[in-house]
Amino acid sequence: MTNALITKGKTISVALAGNPNAGKSTIFNALTGGRAHVGNWPGVTVEKKEGRFKYKEYEFLVTDLPGTYSLTAYSIDERIARDYVIKEKLDVVVSVTDSTNLERNLYLLVSFLELGVNSILDLNMADILEQRKVRVNTKKMEELLGTPVVMTSATKKAGLNELKEMIIRSKDRKIQPLRIDYGKEIEGAIKKVKESLSGVNSPYPVRFLSIKLLEGDVEIIKEVGELGYERSVESAMHEGSRLEVGFGYDLETEIIERRYGFIESIIRQCVRRVPTIEEKLTVSDKIDGIVTNKWLGIPIFAFLLWATFQLTFTVGGIFADFIDTFFGWLAESSAIWFASIGAPGWLSSFVGDGIISGVGAVFVFLPTILILFAFLSFLEDVGYMSRAAFVMDKAMHAIGLPGKSFIPMILGFGCNVPAIMSARTISSEKDRLLTILINPFISCSARLPVYVMFTGIFFKSNQGVVLFTLYMLGIVVAVLSAKLFKSTIPKLKGPVSPLVMELPPYRIPTLKGVSIHTWERGREFLKKAGTIIFAGVILIWLLASFPMSSEYASETTLIGLIGKFFAPLFRAAGFPFWQAAVALLFGIIAKEIVVGTFGTLFGGEGALSASLLKYFTPLSAYSFMVMSLLYIPCIAAIGVIYRETNSWKWTTFITVYSLVIGWVMATAVYQLGSLFI
Amino acid sequence: MPLIFGKSGEEFEVTTIQGGKGFLKKLMEMGIYSGIRVRIILNPGNGPIIIALSDTRIALGKGMAAKIIVRKLS
Repeated sequence: MTNALITKGKTISVALAGNPNAGKSTIFNALTGGRAHVGNWPGVTVEKKEGRFKYKEYEFLVTDLPGTYSLTAYSIDERIARDYVIKEKLDVVVSVTDSTNLERNLYLLVSFLELGVNSILDLNMADILEQRKVRVNTKKMEELLGTPVVMTSATKKAGLNELKEMIIRSKDRKIQPLRIDYGKEIEGAIKKVKESLSGVNSPYPVRFLSIKLLEGDVEIIKEVGELGYERSVESAMHEGSRLEVGFGYDLETEIIERRYGFIESIIRQCVRRVPTIEEKLTVSDKIDGIVTNKWLGIPIFAFLLWATFQLTFTVGGIFADFIDTFFGWLAESSAIWFASIGAPGWLSSFVGDGIISGVGAVFVFLPTILILFAFLSFLEDVGYMSRAAFVMDKAMHAIGLPGKSFIPMILGFGCNVPAIMSARTISSEKDRLLTILINPFISCSARLPVYVMFTGIFFKSNQGVVLFTLYMLGIVVAVLSAKLFKSTIPKLKGPVSPLVMELPPYRIPTLKGVSIHTWERGREFLKKAGTIIFAGVILIWLLASFPMSSEYASETTLIGLIGKFFAPLFRAAGFPFWQAAVALLFGIIAKEIVVGTFGTLFGGEGALSASLLKYFTPLSAYSFMVMSLLYIPCIAAIGVIYRETNSWKWTTFITVYSLVIGWVMATAVYQLGSLFI
Repeated sequence: MPLIFGKSGEEFEVTTIQGGKGFLKKLMEMGIYSGIRVRIILNPGNGPIIIALSDTRIALGKGMAAKIIVRKLS
């Protein structure tokens, strides 16, 4: 079938919704054969993942939503999922359900049904039910819920055609919102609120609105208020307190319990369990017994991190040498070739000094970065990341953050941009903000080239130790900043939100999964190298070439003048020469450019180490690395901080703060160091 | 008794949950509500614990586990 045959109306929009770890991503991949990442910790599907596939004469447009437990949005992730289901005009929402924990999983479906969403119940992991000899009467369940039910086993690719058929069959279904009987008193209250809402112009069913108002749903209260129905909100509050006084129960709790009561009665009628299900410790539990052990947990975690970095740098270094040699050869050959065709000197300089030296200096680090991402992806796909959060929960509490904040911190070692985005899974707004603000201090892989270059020249015999102190310094600054912010900024004060987090079972990651995940992240780096860094390098070359009368990259060029203007600022930190100032300035575009700039200004890889030795001492090299580590996040990070905090105030604050901290620390290192050396 | 005092491997029925409304609602929507059976998979003693809700494993902070009141099942 060709695309031309697909007419409007033959495209079916489908969203996959469900609890975290219910198997949405697996269903998504099985349906689309797609390149969506199969994640392991709650909320890994941070971005909207879409895929398309064809079946019979239809084209399906599938969206994989972040995991959510209910229509109450606690974290940004959950809000994305909820808003998508509520606001988009989807043809069908497939509620992907982990059959082994029906009560909780059906809760979300029931919420959809009350809202009148056209849903299909997908009982996933059906193979496990079969193994345990659990029988589900799907016909009866369809009757009781008023919605179609299919059984699938995504990992075994079973039931997928039935699911597709069911989507086609039910896409034009007329939907009646599900009506749960909440009991005489609550029904009375619902009726009262409903009456006060008469004539309301809302996309939601009126009964749904009434129930949500009684439940005290913040967003629905806001929406109804905006529609000019404040009196309904008041009426709901009045009914709520009347019931609480009159019958002595909390209305919110009672409504949720009634919903569970409804679900339990359905399960009783439709599911036959063999009376004794043996509840042994699973392999996952046994691993957890070791990995999250009181004494072993933190050492294991520390070991894994150490091994990750050790392997990354050892293996990465081998590849880096190859790439280095290659670019050296390329620069030389291009110079020879340009000379042979009689090209003008500026062109040869542009290609050789500008593009090849600049971009080459950055590309050298691609293998290191890919390997680091591969390890982090592996740990994530295995399911270890959420255990790391568990293990670190207590220690993190001590610095005023929840254990969950640790995941963005670890990811920050790769790149601060996805790390800052991953903070979306943190439900408390102030914990999330604090996690974002300290993340730029975690030394990302883009800063690694700077360290590798300097330590390779100045600290040959103890490169590893020096690297370690820099990474530790980043962590210490992050931790102390967290403490400082927490105790001084009113918006960040208050108790740390407690830990509630689902732990996915350990999985053996597939090579394909890890590769895709690594590639998705590595691609970002390449994109950056191809766009921002490339543009930065050209800009530097231009500034270093004009005016043409001056020698390339000398003091009298534009770049020299800019550098000289800023250079005195760094006298106290030990590197008061213009090249360093220029490198730092351009490093804001992307931290790797610090290396590229030195490469360009000092005439390529070959001349670089000789020049650096002339300008830096080991001490000032160290203080320069400290500065590179801490000062101003790169443009991409600043951008994502703004996007995630939606506030210029916080973005400016952390930019200025990090600049000050960077300068103070670099200066302190240099001044204190000078006393001893 | 509060769930936090339970030992690894023991099984409980949740009787009540103390604490603020938001907290309560979040727990309930995650499937932890009165009448439900939970099993402690791991309680290291001085930090968060791991509980089992049939096949699902949930990590709970110490403070949270102290607010979930349970009855031990023999």
